[in-house]
Amino acid sequence: MTWLLQFFQSSIGKKILMAVTGLLLAFFLIAHLAGNLMLFGGPEMFNNYVLSLTNLKPLVRIAEALLTLIFLGHVFSGIRVTLENKKAKPQSYQVAPRSATSNFYSRTMAVSGSIVFIFLVFHLQTFWWSFQKMHGNDADFYEVVVHSPIGFNNPLVAVFYILALILLALHLRHGFQSAFQTFGLADSRYKGIVEKTAVLFWLIIPLGFISIPLYFGFIK
Amino acid sequence: MILNSKIPEGPVSQKWNNHKFSMKLVNPANKRKYDIIVVGSGLAGGSAAATLAELGYNVKAFSYHESPRRAHSIAAQGGINAAKNYPNDGDSIYRLFYDTVKGGDYRAREANVYRLAEVSNNIIDQCVAQGVPFAREYGGLLDNRSFGGAQVSRTFYARGQTGQQLLLGVYSALVRQMNTGKVQFFPRHDMLDIVKVDGKARGVVTRNLETGEITSHSAHAVILATGGYGNVFFLSTNAMASNVTASWRAHKQGACFANPCFTQIHPTCIPVSSDHQSKLTLMSESLRNDGRVWVPKKAGDDRNPNNIPDEERDYYLERLYPSFGNLVPRDVASRRAKEMCDKGHGVGPTKLAVYLDFADVIHRNGKDWVSEKYGNLFDMYRQITGENPYETPMKIYPAVHYTMGGLWVDYNLMSTVPGLHVLGEANFSDHGANRLGASALMQGLADGYFIIPYTIGDYLAQGGLKEVRTSDDTFQHAERLVKESLEKMLAIKGSKTVDDIHKELGKVMWEYVGMARNKEGLEKALELIPKLKDDFWKNVLIPGGINEYNPELEKASRLADFLELGELMARDALHREESCGGHFREEFQTEENEAKRNDEDFTYAAAWEYNGGDGNPLLHKEELKFDEVSLTTRSYK
Amino acid sequence: MRIIVQAWRQYDRNSEGNFESYPVDNVSEDMSFFEMLDMLNNQLLKDGKDPISFDHDCREGICGTCGIMINGRAHGPLKGVTTCQLHMRSFKDGDTLVIEPWRARAFPVIRDLVVDRSGFDRVMEAGGYVSVSTGGVPDANVIPILKDDADSAFDAAACIGCGACVAACKNSSAMLFVGAKVSQYALLPQGQVERKSRVKNMVGQMDVEGFGNCTNTSACEVECPKEISVENIARLNREFVKASF
Repeated sequence: MTWLLQFFQSSIGKKILMAVTGLLLAFFLIAHLAGNLMLFGGPEMFNNYVLSLTNLKPLVRIAEALLTLIFLGHVFSGIRVTLENKKAKPQSYQVAPRSATSNFYSRTMAVSGSIVFIFLVFHLQTFWWSFQKMHGNDADFYEVVVHSPIGFNNPLVAVFYILALILLALHLRHGFQSAFQTFGLADSRYKGIVEKTAVLFWLIIPLGFISIPLYFGFIK
Repeated sequence: MILNSKIPEGPVSQKWNNHKFSMKLVNPANKRKYDIIVVGSGLAGGSAAATLAELGYNVKAFSYHESPRRAHSIAAQGGINAAKNYPNDGDSIYRLFYDTVKGGDYRAREANVYRLAEVSNNIIDQCVAQGVPFAREYGGLLDNRSFGGAQVSRTFYARGQTGQQLLLGVYSALVRQMNTGKVQFFPRHDMLDIVKVDGKARGVVTRNLETGEITSHSAHAVILATGGYGNVFFLSTNAMASNVTASWRAHKQGACFANPCFTQIHPTCIPVSSDHQSKLTLMSESLRNDGRVWVPKKAGDDRNPNNIPDEERDYYLERLYPSFGNLVPRDVASRRAKEMCDKGHGVGPTKLAVYLDFADVIHRNGKDWVSEKYGNLFDMYRQITGENPYETPMKIYPAVHYTMGGLWVDYNLMSTVPGLHVLGEANFSDHGANRLGASALMQGLADGYFIIPYTIGDYLAQGGLKEVRTSDDTFQHAERLVKESLEKMLAIKGSKTVDDIHKELGKVMWEYVGMARNKEGLEKALELIPKLKDDFWKNVLIPGGINEYNPELEKASRLADFLELGELMARDALHREESCGGHFREEFQTEENEAKRNDEDFTYAAAWEYNGGDGNPLLHKEELKFDEVSLTTRSYK
Repeated sequence: MRIIVQAWRQYDRNSEGNFESYPVDNVSEDMSFFEMLDMLNNQLLKDGKDPISFDHDCREGICGTCGIMINGRAHGPLKGVTTCQLHMRSFKDGDTLVIEPWRARAFPVIRDLVVDRSGFDRVMEAGGYVSVSTGGVPDANVIPILKDDADSAFDAAACIGCGACVAACKNSSAMLFVGAKVSQYALLPQGQVERKSRVKNMVGQMDVEGFGNCTNTSACEVECPKEISVENIARLNREFVKASF
């Protein structure tokens, strides 16, 4: 096992860890979004969906635990890489027209990631935690998400969600393709397909998420 | 002093083989008892250091660069010759040998040249095995191209960066030995003297260029592979730091300097644009494969070249030399360009340039084809001049490029100081009075990979080398002298910068000891150079001190040697009353303005012995015997 | 034209540095950037000041010795060009040029704009070679190599080791440098025998030297004077994973 440990201690190993955990989290977003979109189906559909998940509690708990592990792996590895990288460049340039050489979303992964992290704490603390406290077949999850003071009807909450999701989009804008570069699958053969798939993750999925606070906060 | 070239007996094709067998060997277990110092990390020095370490010797390698990979070999563009005859066009070892002797205008040592041609094939094999990415054909085999002075395609190349790829190959072999600890590499170390014990070279004195620390190092033998001295002209295609110091200090310790006046002027360089010019840039000679050289027929014609119709252009190389055309050897092409400009046909703002035109080949094969072959050179040209060579012809003019002269060595590459070996451009070498294109890389690698590893063993096996330490008086004394000389320079605190004086020297050298020389001019140079030397020792301004990073001090110490060398070059050029190869004396030319050799009196290598530096070096002659190649007037018509 | 040079001045590895500003007059556009600095230095010398130290040698873009950050751009504003090939026609009268050394923990400053890049050599020592000794190698044409592979290997081998990739990278990562060398050998039959050990050793040494971790911003590719592609970094990642598992 020491070889595996060594692998993940190396600069490339750390990148691989970031890429794998990042991609898994990105794939989780698909499942999450599918559930969220049920909000558009009205209270009954959404409540039934959440209830059906509650009935699978042991499985959900396992999934949650795994997700937490993956997430923490991503965060810790990210923090570590960022700190090391700061150390590797002890002094920055007096003049630094960085946009001339790279995209801002690729340079700001730590910032976008950190803000998404803060958002996530808020998100879990409100929706997830509220859901945990609710039991029984008459629990109205829809009400919590849409109409409660922490729900999307509150324009502040809606705006906060939208902003956070834009940052997530930026994070994925770089992250998704970057992961494939890290896996070494970025030469001309794969570039096209990776770029196209990336659009799903950095544009379509975040737009799907954004549609919800946008609709319930401002349109409905 | 008697020069003994130690050329082995036997027919020329058997000399090296016989010699390899008759040389003494150092037993593998004993090799680790020997230390060898290698100064310079280019193709010759780097390959020697790596190979000697592979054999088991302890190597200490020195370079004034921060890394071996910076050596100026890296800048060679065109290619490397070898007698592989892959294209099946009639090449052979003998033909490569013949072409090189002829190209050198019969002033090279036959036996050395033959050996060079003989090992040329091994070099290609070695480089390919190291992973050097030579150009290949679609079938996967190596591609060749033709070069000046040859009618066969024998030049292996890696786009326009052959020197770079070969040097990186050498560098890879060297770092491999650094990793095993067999080579100890000293970066940013300038060699400032050699140390002799009992008349034999046993060490060097170096200055650490970062800290200024002066130390000495001992060994059983010393190898100099420190390149050429073209920068004596200030403007040349050499790198800024290329210098003669290592060779010159060795010369002052008894190593004869041979044929210093044999300087190669490369015909295809980007012309000088202003007084601020710091160096000249070469456009590979390979361009002459497809470019056509011309000037307007009418003197002073300053129309846009694209508006000058074909019949008003003088493709003078094709006109004068129908069989070689644009591919005549470098000395011929250079001299003809100068002649055209002297007659008023020069082009461009300074009128010191001729056109190198690619319109025909672009028309014939398309822009993509040209760009695939020469893209990087075209980009470089555009970068420097701001003109697009795909649309307007390039302007080129000759510039100092290579020095055939150097420290005299015998067949074993040992100088007149026992134990001091000299490789690559630094020795007076195998190129005679003119070097053919793509032969410098060949010679550097031949010396380092395949010759010195044998011959140095023979020297070491002869024994008689007592133990020495750098704490010995001889070493300490040498260190002190180096320090005193630098202190003396620093103390002057005059009003002229090193570059000011170097530019003045350059002008004198180019004017009087340049492409065409005559008695009057050379005598003038011999008058002016000592004055400049005086000026230097009275007026030079060097900031800072010894014990710090001080680039101006480095430059000053090198210039001091160039000033002495310049004088020797003029003296050598004056004494050689003939024209041959890169040495063109205006008094000695045929009616068709070709070089006129004087084989009767000058079929020798002129080896100069230092004699106190008061303008009286002693001349020793190594008579050159031509058993294989008969001396004829070179003709490329 | 008149140019204001604002240069980083630092006496040695251990001292603090600072910026100093120098006006340079009569700059012609045919001058190279270094010729402009030469002129400034000649003036500084005559004024009894210390000239600005910078590394340079071949001045034709191949030796890799030079490298200056000019207004935040490695080797200046042009693409595919080393500092020594940059000419003053790229700037205009009155421009201020802020010139700084490569910044990276792995490249300590020696003096002014001169940095110590020996870390690159140590990475190469760890495996940047094919272990063949002189002599005893097969004929050069024994192993045919696909032209495309030879060309790709060459593209990677064109690296001049100037360190612009490290300088331009916000993380001072050396992945492009290492990726280029690993790629060259991975693409050639001669490099196959040591393929695995090479990549592991070189990456190991790269990490020891204190270069940062790559975050795929691709700034290195943009600033590389030889335009070496980040595909070489992808290949390095692949090679490293293959060698590790």
